[in-house]
Amino acid sequence: MSTTSLPVTGADSLGSPEPRSGKPAARLADARRALVPYGYLTPTMVLLVVLMVIPIVMVIGYSLMDNVIMKKNPQFVGFKHYIDILTSESFWTAVTNTLFFTGVSVIAHLLIGLAFAMMLNTGLIGTRTKAIFRTIYVLPWLFTVAIIAVLWRLLLEPNGVVNFLLTASHLTGTEVEWLSSPETALFAVTFINIWAGYPFYMTSLLAGLQGIPADYYEAAQVDGANAWQRFTAITIPQLKPIIISMALLDFIWTTQQFALIWMTTGGGPLGTTEMLSTFTYKLAFSKYQFGTASASAVIVLVISMVLAFFYVRAQKARD
Amino acid sequence: MRKKYLAGIAAMAAAALAMTGCTGGGTAPSASNEGPVTLEFAQWWEPELPANSLRSLMDKFESENPGIKVKLISGPYASTKEQVVAGAAAGTMSDVVGLDGAWVNDFVKQGSLANLTDLMKSANFDESQLAAQVKLDGSTWMIPVANFVYPMFVNDDLLKKAGVAAVPTNRTEFAAAAAAVTKTGKNTSGWVLPLDTATPNGIQNDVMSWVWASGGSMLKDGKPYLVGNTEVKDTMTFIKGMYDAGSIAKGSFTMKEQDKVNEFTNGRVGMMIDSLAHVNLIREENKDLKFSVAAIPSADGYSGKRGMPYASWGIGVANNSKHQAEAFKLVSFLMGKDVNATLCNSAHAFPGNTQAVPDFVNSDPIFKQAFEIYQAGTATNEFTGLPVAEDLMRSFDEQFQKYLAGKQSADDALAASQSAWEKAFSG
Repeated sequence: MSTTSLPVTGADSLGSPEPRSGKPAARLADARRALVPYGYLTPTMVLLVVLMVIPIVMVIGYSLMDNVIMKKNPQFVGFKHYIDILTSESFWTAVTNTLFFTGVSVIAHLLIGLAFAMMLNTGLIGTRTKAIFRTIYVLPWLFTVAIIAVLWRLLLEPNGVVNFLLTASHLTGTEVEWLSSPETALFAVTFINIWAGYPFYMTSLLAGLQGIPADYYEAAQVDGANAWQRFTAITIPQLKPIIISMALLDFIWTTQQFALIWMTTGGGPLGTTEMLSTFTYKLAFSKYQFGTASASAVIVLVISMVLAFFYVRAQKARD
Repeated sequence: MRKKYLAGIAAMAAAALAMTGCTGGGTAPSASNEGPVTLEFAQWWEPELPANSLRSLMDKFESENPGIKVKLISGPYASTKEQVVAGAAAGTMSDVVGLDGAWVNDFVKQGSLANLTDLMKSANFDESQLAAQVKLDGSTWMIPVANFVYPMFVNDDLLKKAGVAAVPTNRTEFAAAAAAVTKTGKNTSGWVLPLDTATPNGIQNDVMSWVWASGGSMLKDGKPYLVGNTEVKDTMTFIKGMYDAGSIAKGSFTMKEQDKVNEFTNGRVGMMIDSLAHVNLIREENKDLKFSVAAIPSADGYSGKRGMPYASWGIGVANNSKHQAEAFKLVSFLMGKDVNATLCNSAHAFPGNTQAVPDFVNSDPIFKQAFEIYQAGTATNEFTGLPVAEDLMRSFDEQFQKYLAGKQSADDALAASQSAWEKAFSG
């Protein structure tokens, strides 16, 4: 065993500067030096305050007031809006739909992303073929939400390509109203979201897979482990930190998905695809009940913060 | 070394200030009396007009009014609405704003619009030249600049193929024609009904239009009148009959106005109620489509004047504007006989100035036909000026969808809508 001693002078000069003689000029120089880090931090701090702290505080404030924004003299009503929201049937419908939409999306994203990542990481396919498939698989990620919504609205409309293929192959007798039928709309929007989001997992997991040393698999093979055992004992544990982080991030993002829902079903038909995001939007920009909408937004913020807490904890554990 | 630190701190502080500057500030111009006044004009019209047509009108205004510049803030309808709502809330609304009649009540309550009656008086503006004014509590808050009426569009070829000899004029003929057209092909429907709840204007244009076309009303003394209203109930039953018969194009519950126009343009729908603003679009998209316009069929036996839905490009002045007199100059410029005719000619809309006659009204047979229907009937839109008008449409839409899906009766749908509307009116 060997030990290394660091030079004491270096540590001193960085951490605890020698007290100066107390001259004003020297003290000024010290103060200036101490301010430098704050100077570098200032832009970030200003951005955080302007873009995060102020809006959040304002929204929390709005959630406790009635007739906010729409009238010049709003009244303080305490937690009335929160009680209204939490006792509203529509809110719980939106919560249930959001949980289904998010839960199914996250699980499907993970499974499809992992399957495709493993396919692209296998040594059984040539490099050129892999490159072609990688491009194809990543395509949905390149489209903006608006394009995805328009594309799938066209594909899934009663006279669209999907129904044509299904009826032509006699899988269905009549055209299905995928996005307009209360029975299928939630499944349809969830499917679209899955299609749009799996490449995020795929690319991240592929990077993770490429980082697992080949030695592990060779050693396991020598020990007689079959493919499934190698997958469960090496691949999954090695990818676990990435999977946890991504699943939590995806959960946060998907609970806040608005544009896709708004542009495909608008929360309909009959409220079957109403999500927390569309519910809040309608309160604000259709009913102009900004106080109630703020209360709903604060509830979503709290849920997101709980998820963010777990995300940060997972990140720390990973580090 | 010291200089470096100072420079570093100064640079950071400057960057921070610059960023604060970027995020702060409003859209309202300064109150400075020196130099030209710059008016902001927020609207959704420019993207819907031929390139540069609105800008060239603004250039004309600027040349006639030295010292006033106009900055156009243009975007799609939905984003303009959000921008105007946010501007109204923050007191940073643009000086002149494009308005939809459905927004007016809420903005007036909020105190974000200037009283145009006062501005017209101050400017000695002749009100008699205006085709319409949107008033609340006796004062004008919005002036319709261009009006888009919603007649019935008919696919002449499809009706001919279905053996329908004449364009339907009443509901019985319409239902029969829709059923006949539906039978002509697997992907063909008689009528198309967009009921998407994200943009629920289908209730105004495609549902209530039937009530208005027969002289009916959804209001009594300015208050909701749905329960016990036989005209509204009859319309609902009439539409449900066609829905159950399969005469309405599939996908109604999440269909948007644009989808409706696409269905018609692609020749899959026999009839639709739509804005004249789409005539050119339909022609460009499908040059072979033979179509005409007609009045919306009325209830059987009705012979009175027919109401025809319309939507307006309205205009108003922001209460927070520091240049309201100059802003009204722009309003009166756009409402002037010649300018209004030029604008409406570009938009293919009917003018807000009674004396303006756009060229297209005489040169194009479809618009000529529509203008005749417009003059024979009454432009009606009962949602204009109502509180949270879009939300009223949405709450009716949700109940109507439940009725169409067979999940409740017409009376239950009307009762639930009445209750939602009364709550909105009292709020």
